[in-house]
Amino acid sequence: MKTFNYTITDAVGIHARPAGKLVKLAKGFESKITLEKEGGKSADLTKLMAVMGLGVKCGDNIIVSFDGADEDAAFDAVTQLIKQEL
Amino acid sequence: MLQFKGKGVYSAIAIGAASLFKRQEAQVRRKHVQDTQAEIERVESAKQKAIDQLSRIYEKALKEVGETNAQIFEIHMMMLEDDDYNESIQNIITTQTVNAEYAVAVTADNFSEMFAAMDDAYMQARAADVKDISNRLIACLGDKGDTSNGGTEKMIVIADDLAPSETVSLDKDRVLAFVTAGGSSNSHTAILARNMNIPAVIGVGDEILQAVKDGQTVVVNGYTGEITVDPDPEFIAQAKAKQEDDLHKKALLQELKGKPNVTLDGTSVNVYANIGGVDGIGAVLANDAGGIGLFRSEFLYLESSDYPTEEEQFRAYKRVLESMAGKKVIIRTLDIGADKQIDYFKLEKEDNPALGFRAIRICLTRPQIFETQLRALFRASVYGELGIMFPMITSVSELEKIKQACDKVKRDLADEGIPFAENVEIGIMIETPAAAVISDRLAPMVDFFSVGTNDLTQYTLACDRQNAALEQFVDTHHEAILRLIEMSAKNAHANGAWIGICGELAADLSLTETFLRMGIDELSVSPPFVLPLRDKIRSLDLSK
Repeated sequence: MKTFNYTITDAVGIHARPAGKLVKLAKGFESKITLEKEGGKSADLTKLMAVMGLGVKCGDNIIVSFDGADEDAAFDAVTQLIKQEL
Repeated sequence: MLQFKGKGVYSAIAIGAASLFKRQEAQVRRKHVQDTQAEIERVESAKQKAIDQLSRIYEKALKEVGETNAQIFEIHMMMLEDDDYNESIQNIITTQTVNAEYAVAVTADNFSEMFAAMDDAYMQARAADVKDISNRLIACLGDKGDTSNGGTEKMIVIADDLAPSETVSLDKDRVLAFVTAGGSSNSHTAILARNMNIPAVIGVGDEILQAVKDGQTVVVNGYTGEITVDPDPEFIAQAKAKQEDDLHKKALLQELKGKPNVTLDGTSVNVYANIGGVDGIGAVLANDAGGIGLFRSEFLYLESSDYPTEEEQFRAYKRVLESMAGKKVIIRTLDIGADKQIDYFKLEKEDNPALGFRAIRICLTRPQIFETQLRALFRASVYGELGIMFPMITSVSELEKIKQACDKVKRDLADEGIPFAENVEIGIMIETPAAAVISDRLAPMVDFFSVGTNDLTQYTLACDRQNAALEQFVDTHHEAILRLIEMSAKNAHANGAWIGICGELAADLSLTETFLRMGIDELSVSPPFVLPLRDKIRSLDLSK
């Protein structure tokens, strides 16, 4: 299991487009990838509505955890997308 | 004649017959079913159909409004395939033994309520997306195909609100304009309208839905947001004249879009735009400017009640750079003085603010403010083609201090492992006679000069810009000013730097030829002047 901590810098937070990209990417991995909003709820990263429903905003801290056979590859791909989009 | 007012989201005028938008809202009834498995299969096949429709809409949107705006339909497809959404539908069917339509409607209500309850306007607006996909799914369950309503006559569509998919599905050749009672300018629908070049007015209020009947003549003014129902003949005549004038201008300019800024004898020059905030980017792109020659950073300070943080500034700069997608963006550092008061700066009152404590003088005296801005700029530099420009330079030593400050910021960022671009261009404003006169000494230290003609005129002619009584003495074409610009151009070129003009004189078409003959490399003007200036450049022949 690997985890990744990040503070959102994008002005509108995890809005529809980046959420869509994350979900699409997460679906390509076997590992269970969970997105948690610090001090809030968490969501399976393959579930679009749940991810959007977290209401992650600019300045929020998120914790993403990866658990499964391909967790290293998932970690690399997802963290890269997060850094680039959010 | 009745008038309504909303917010124009695409500026153009339309005159035509009203057509009230009728949504095929399926009345959903709760019915008990025996075979729940059959209902679940119906949902599955309806879902496939809905996704097929959406992928066609996506293709249509891709062509008409571009990839970024079409992405919303990809999101819609993903929403339809969302596990939680589908599980909810299936659960309701199996636990309550009810029909598929009802299960979808209840699920739609639950999910859209979840979004509507969020404390974020953007997410609240997503409730409409959930409703949109659910209505489509219900329509597909009822075996109703796409919602096109025949006919060929052109019309002004009037609706309570339009979902993004409804907007894109409208036959573009038949829609003269659209008017919605609700809606916000941030809605995807407003954005799509803008990109489809259809005059649109939103947020008019519900009264219009009762006041207009199908076929009534309506005038839509996307410039002012005014809707006139059943106008008198005189009003129609005026609107027609305005519309023709507007179309004529747009057609002329449209012809120039995508064309290079090159004279008849082949001299080319960059035409960039000046803006004063992130919201000006749309106008820059719409007018086909080659870059941003002057991005005034003051708005960040003026709109704030305290010093804007590095993070706030970084986000704004990043946005501009990303939006310009690799085109040059020149951001000018803080340029305020006692004439533009910002309370928290606590500037002393001055008798003569034009000659006072302002611009780079504040930055060099209060290094904390300067460093914050420079850090934000360098951090953003990896997102595009950034140039940083410093205002009110009068001496070599000021420029040395600025370069030291830049070097320190770059060293700090490198130490902290924060990336920045190595190729950020550094330039200065030539807006004091001193800078022009010593431009031979300044040029080797920079990548570019940009002439601020407004201040250069005021300081050269000793005429206060704010004093209207001096107008008769202000000759903006004064030989002294032109000589200073020419001198700066020669010195820039002799030292491998380029030179632009970003003051009002850049848009003065009677001087374009003079500037090109001086070898000016770039002219930066307000967005609406970009295409007229291109027109002028393309008519010049410098070989004569």
